[in-house]
Amino acid sequence: MTHMATIEAPAERSFSGGWRVVAAKEFTDHVRSIRLVLLVALMSLAGLAAVHSAAGPIGDAADAASQTPSIFLYLFTLSPERVPAFHEFIGILGPLLGVAFGFDAINGERSQGTLPRLVAQPIHRDEIINGKFVAGIGAIALALAAVMAIVGGYGALRLGIGPTWSDLTRAVAFYIVAIVYISLWLALAILFSVLARRAATAALAALAIWLVFTLFGGLIAGVVADAVHDVDADSSAEQVLDNARLELQIRRLSPDQLYRDATGVLLNPSRQSTGIVVTEQEGALPSALPLSDSLTLAWWQLMALGAGTIGLFTAAYLTFMRQEVRA
Amino acid sequence: MNVSAPAIEALGLTKRYGDKLAVDGLTLEIERGEVFGLLGPNGAGKTTTILMLLGLTQRTAGSARVDGIDPARHPLAVKSRVGYLPDDVGFYDDMTARQNLRYTADLNRLDRRTAQDRIDRALEDVRLLDDADRKVGTYSRGMRQRLGVADALIKQPSILILDEPTVNIDPEGVRELLLTVERLRTDQQVTVVLSSHLLHQVQQVCDRIGIFVAGRLRACGTVDELASTLDDRWSFTVALSGVADPVALLCTVEGVRDVTRSEGRWSVSADRDIRTDLHAAVVDAGGRFEHLARDRADLDAIYHRYFQTEHAHDGSLARSTP
Repeated sequence: MTHMATIEAPAERSFSGGWRVVAAKEFTDHVRSIRLVLLVALMSLAGLAAVHSAAGPIGDAADAASQTPSIFLYLFTLSPERVPAFHEFIGILGPLLGVAFGFDAINGERSQGTLPRLVAQPIHRDEIINGKFVAGIGAIALALAAVMAIVGGYGALRLGIGPTWSDLTRAVAFYIVAIVYISLWLALAILFSVLARRAATAALAALAIWLVFTLFGGLIAGVVADAVHDVDADSSAEQVLDNARLELQIRRLSPDQLYRDATGVLLNPSRQSTGIVVTEQEGALPSALPLSDSLTLAWWQLMALGAGTIGLFTAAYLTFMRQEVRA
Repeated sequence: MNVSAPAIEALGLTKRYGDKLAVDGLTLEIERGEVFGLLGPNGAGKTTTILMLLGLTQRTAGSARVDGIDPARHPLAVKSRVGYLPDDVGFYDDMTARQNLRYTADLNRLDRRTAQDRIDRALEDVRLLDDADRKVGTYSRGMRQRLGVADALIKQPSILILDEPTVNIDPEGVRELLLTVERLRTDQQVTVVLSSHLLHQVQQVCDRIGIFVAGRLRACGTVDELASTLDDRWSFTVALSGVADPVALLCTVEGVRDVTRSEGRWSVSADRDIRTDLHAAVVDAGGRFEHLARDRADLDAIYHRYFQTEHAHDGSLARSTP
């Protein structure tokens, strides 16, 4: 047996990096897919609507306060009543992007009958799921870059304002946080694609969770907060604030809220807190923070998002590694 | 590599899923250049055995060597030299045959030139070169199956494992596929392991056959060797001339149980070797033999025999469970 081991060691080494082959193939599939086109179109339209309706207020803000630090970033954060701002749209629609690139990752290979052929090639088994995760992140990064370029470009042209270097670094920071946030949904979708035999089941399960968090999350948090700290017309400001604080804490169980906290701070240099901002406070502290301070403010939200993404992917990875080829 | 080693060796190979023994102590040796048929009904453990040989599933006990290498310890080395056509093979339907094979070549880290050469050659081997740039979604089942063989050939394997390659394809497709297997063996000296529950096909191309029932290898050998294990069966084919009533005459021989007519001859079954007595009886009656031979058990008989004992087993199990 010993002579065999000495022969085989180099042979094993020459087969490293199979995940790159998987990732390259999957990324090409994503880029050519109609899914990518549709989602970029959908998110761009939503973003353009947000920027378009925000054009008035942004113009006013620019006229009113020439010392306002980051007019350009207003494109992504400012919005009139009822229309969510661009970064909020990404918070709502981003999960769709993640789910779209992950829900059929493993069960698609199973139902097509390509998985046994794939695992019989000289690659490690985990390289399949790793490659798919990397390809998904790549596709998300590409789609998001396209959407931001379209929306930012439109805004810059329409308003005639260009980004400063500080705006750009903040936009890049936002971009990275958004990728991590969407990758969390990608990891969730991949987990379901390992667990559910059918792609449709996995997609529905992932979308159900998305609905619960993005639509009903706020509702549930509100109900719970009201039950604990009941407020009515006679309540003191203190009581109202307690209620609001509790609601926010509950909402932070949702990745959606973590993303909002983090991007809200990153895109708005004058925001001093991820918590509840009382109007007086906002006016009281007009000075802009450097990016590093904004990152510190959002630190634990960023860590929680990263940990959630890694945790979900680890769950998908372990489940996949334990499954039989013919499950 | 290790040329002296057999292509495949298994010693006490066992796989247990929960309480169920899928493969129960398989011991087997397959020589280089051999076409070996793994014959057995569905659920007998054929695919599980193949997955263990490829290192795709953990064995519970026993050991295995494929091309002299332990698949549990060096799965990549084994997978780089064993071509595998899975049961119910699938392809990416929206990609062409060539693109599908290109992905396999990339996963085997072949450079562009080598990949192109091998893809062309493999497609030619399975007679799909003319359809190479069509999307696989438009392929018939037989074509997919042949593409599966081409896919397994991309890595220029020394061993080819085909799991149920002839299921669900039309007779012409089966013929094409078996011809391909024959060609590969003669032209490229590939060792072929072919699993099937269709005995006639296995018989056509295989040098040796292993009969696999309920996780155990019940018998193993050439068709002739397997037939000789059924020598408690005494049946003969007789053709006579110059005898007025052959049936009456044949029935006078002591030990004859039954006489039936088949294709112009007589099939005689008996409970002992009656050839000497039969000869005497016919000569006494003034007749002549056109033909007298003892029937060999064919694969059908072999297969049924092993399966019937298994069914008897099932029956007793069914009775014992309320």
